[in-house]
Amino acid sequence: MANKRIDEPTGTEFVGHEWDGIEELDTPMPRWWLWSLYATIVWGVIYVILYPAWPLVNKATEGVLGWSSRGELAEEMSVVDQARATVREELARIPIERLPENSELFGQAVAGGRSAFQVHCSQCHGSGAAGSQTLGYPNLNDDDWLWGGDIKAIEYTLVNGIRAPGVDDTRMSVMPPFEGAFDSDQLTAVTNHVLSLSGKATSTASGAQLYQDNCSVCHGPSGEGNRELGAPRLNDAIWLYGSSPEQLRTQILNPKMGRMPHWSGRLDPVTIKMLSAYVWSLGGGEEFVEVAEDPAVEVDEEP
Amino acid sequence: MQAEAALGRVALWFVVLVLSVILAGTARDTGFAAHATILGILAFVMIWVTASRFDPLGKAQGFFKMPEGPSRYDDDPVRWGVLATMFWALVGLLAGVFIASQLAFPQLNIEPYFNFGRVRPLHTSAVIFAFGGNILIASSFYVVQRTCRAQLAFPALARFVFWGYQLFIVLAASGYLFGVTQSREYAEPEWYVDLWLTIVWVAYLIVFVGTLARRKEPHIYVANWFYLSFIITIAMLHIVNNLAVPVAWNGSLSFSAFAGVQDALTQWWYGHNAVAFFLTVPFLAMMYYFVPKQAERPVYSYRLSIIHFWSLIFLYIWAGPHHLHYTALPDWAQTLGMVFSVILWMPSWGGMINGLMTLNGAWDKVRTDPIIRMMVMAMAFYGMATFEGPMLSIKAVNSLSHYTDWTVGHVHSGALGWNGLISFAAVYFLVPRLWKRERMYSLRLINWHFWLATLGIVFYAASMWVAGITQGLMWREYGPDGYLVNSFAETVAALHELYIIRALGGVMYLSGAIIMGYNVWMTIGGRLREEKPMGAMPAYDPDKDRPIAGSASPEPAE
Repeated sequence: MANKRIDEPTGTEFVGHEWDGIEELDTPMPRWWLWSLYATIVWGVIYVILYPAWPLVNKATEGVLGWSSRGELAEEMSVVDQARATVREELARIPIERLPENSELFGQAVAGGRSAFQVHCSQCHGSGAAGSQTLGYPNLNDDDWLWGGDIKAIEYTLVNGIRAPGVDDTRMSVMPPFEGAFDSDQLTAVTNHVLSLSGKATSTASGAQLYQDNCSVCHGPSGEGNRELGAPRLNDAIWLYGSSPEQLRTQILNPKMGRMPHWSGRLDPVTIKMLSAYVWSLGGGEEFVEVAEDPAVEVDEEP
Repeated sequence: MQAEAALGRVALWFVVLVLSVILAGTARDTGFAAHATILGILAFVMIWVTASRFDPLGKAQGFFKMPEGPSRYDDDPVRWGVLATMFWALVGLLAGVFIASQLAFPQLNIEPYFNFGRVRPLHTSAVIFAFGGNILIASSFYVVQRTCRAQLAFPALARFVFWGYQLFIVLAASGYLFGVTQSREYAEPEWYVDLWLTIVWVAYLIVFVGTLARRKEPHIYVANWFYLSFIITIAMLHIVNNLAVPVAWNGSLSFSAFAGVQDALTQWWYGHNAVAFFLTVPFLAMMYYFVPKQAERPVYSYRLSIIHFWSLIFLYIWAGPHHLHYTALPDWAQTLGMVFSVILWMPSWGGMINGLMTLNGAWDKVRTDPIIRMMVMAMAFYGMATFEGPMLSIKAVNSLSHYTDWTVGHVHSGALGWNGLISFAAVYFLVPRLWKRERMYSLRLINWHFWLATLGIVFYAASMWVAGITQGLMWREYGPDGYLVNSFAETVAALHELYIIRALGGVMYLSGAIIMGYNVWMTIGGRLREEKPMGAMPAYDPDKDRPIAGSASPEPAE
């Protein structure tokens, strides 16, 4: 090490080792690098004093700030809850059929309902509530309602679900399967008659007769549907499981019947109210008509 | 080969064959049966090969024109490793482009074998462990011989390491497609594949340490510290993270020894240190050898290399909890993960400084030497990624970036920029020397590769930054009434164009690698492209590139 060699281009001493032609210079560590390293260490020491950091026997050090992530969350949530407390109280108090009259409260309910819809409903009904015309998820933007489209009926559906197992008051109906009931000519005839109700095909006398005998009890003589039974309208352009003759035949022979979960117990009543307001506001919402004192009575008058 | 020896080996392979037939026949699931079948086919081929006393590797070595020489360094495992590196790079990058396209166009999910869930681990393992692992094993065998001036210890074991590692890769990769996975990030292979890798890895350690012990140089070069810490720490991480109880000896399913948040922390202790001790430390080892060699300049600072090595390996092992911010992990562990990650910033940059400043006195080569250019870009991306990492580990930043594509972009600016480019540069350095060629077939094609790769990374990283921040902001967006505005599906739809840009970046990066494959192929074939010269390559004297033979006394250092 006595005679140190100097590297020409940098003017720095060599350390003196060599491996396969690689040598090392004896450059001191860059000062800015070293001081930055020290600065991060100092910052680190301060940080672990301020915040929970070192595990001890029974629990970890808690930090002089007393901060915890659970505490922070609880604080933020309580701020939000307090900001919403008045609105929620008002929403809890107001009867749902009166909600649309209070336009400020209604606006807030729609905003909250939209948010809840994106989390709980969009999986089936889509984030724009357009549903699916072939998979059987109803479009909620139109004015075609299976079980009623006033705000109270919507709330009832949300609370009790549709064909929800184990719920006493759930919306319930069954379409019988007609597998084996028709021969193929009869099937074609009745399919054509159903399509003729919305002008998509020409009916025949035998088709009309078959419809009259088998279908009109629920779907109505001219296909106007029945909301008490959730029997869909057949004389409009809106179809739950598709409008091709093939899709119709499948539905007649071996009907699909959609299910919707009930939300009582899973969502609080105020959130359900907000969801009802949101769905009602989408475009097809119908006016609520008071028919009796007893609010439990179904509102839609169908024979 | 002696007839008796051949007979003995045939018997040995026959036992393996019988065992694998039994395993395949009694397996509890098809994935395990498929793996036993792969083993059986391998054993059958080996019986055939041994029995006919036919040396297929000799043929292949002739085909790949592998030069021989007993007084030389033992470079056969290195040559095989470089070929495997090229092959797995193309496989891994192709898989990456495929899954990136799946994210943009979900119709590309081909059930069940090629859906996103199965191809993604194939991609990550192929690029990290197959491409990265092969270049690391190959380059470590190359570097440790040269810097120790000694031949590889235990040559048979070194070959076992190479071929055993390839078997591990095949079992891992095919397992993912069959649906065999233990669902641990970067450690998906099931228990029996893990056991096999453990055996291979211990053999690797023995070969490496054995070679160090035979060294004719008085000191151990810095690159070898990095390689050694990589081998030892990966062994520890691999064993602890994969502690599991198999359901049956003839089925692939196993259950982890850990549960709940302990399991999550074990996984990210492993996962983050796979980034540390697989993708950072040994690639720094490559940098410490190949950059000074290619630039023909001394390493910038010996002192810096000592301090940043020890601080890096001490700090890195603590940083895993920053992957679990705002989870069930206790606050104190999150704090430590974040603090150690931030302090890690300068030790990481120490490597970049030492690499870049080594070019002092040779910066003009960035203009003329495409390999140097690639190395400089690699170190620049290393610096960017190791600044971004500590920044993302800060809780406030993490609360925006976590679970978004920002993380994906961060990983890829490190993986494509740092690991990819430094590995490509090393391959370009190695191929002419390993196959005794004057230079690569074409330096201009290296330049093409450089620009395609760089541009590809820019497309990739930039689109993922935008995508990640978009996602993070949309997820936390509240309306005036204090309710969340976006559904998850809406945030996915918002990213479609960015996903296309990302896939495009991947295609560019893959194209660069394909050009490289062609270049390597032509070089091995002994061709030189006639083109306008780009700049001198460092001088290479094959006669001096040999171990110090025989004598026990080390040559005195200068």
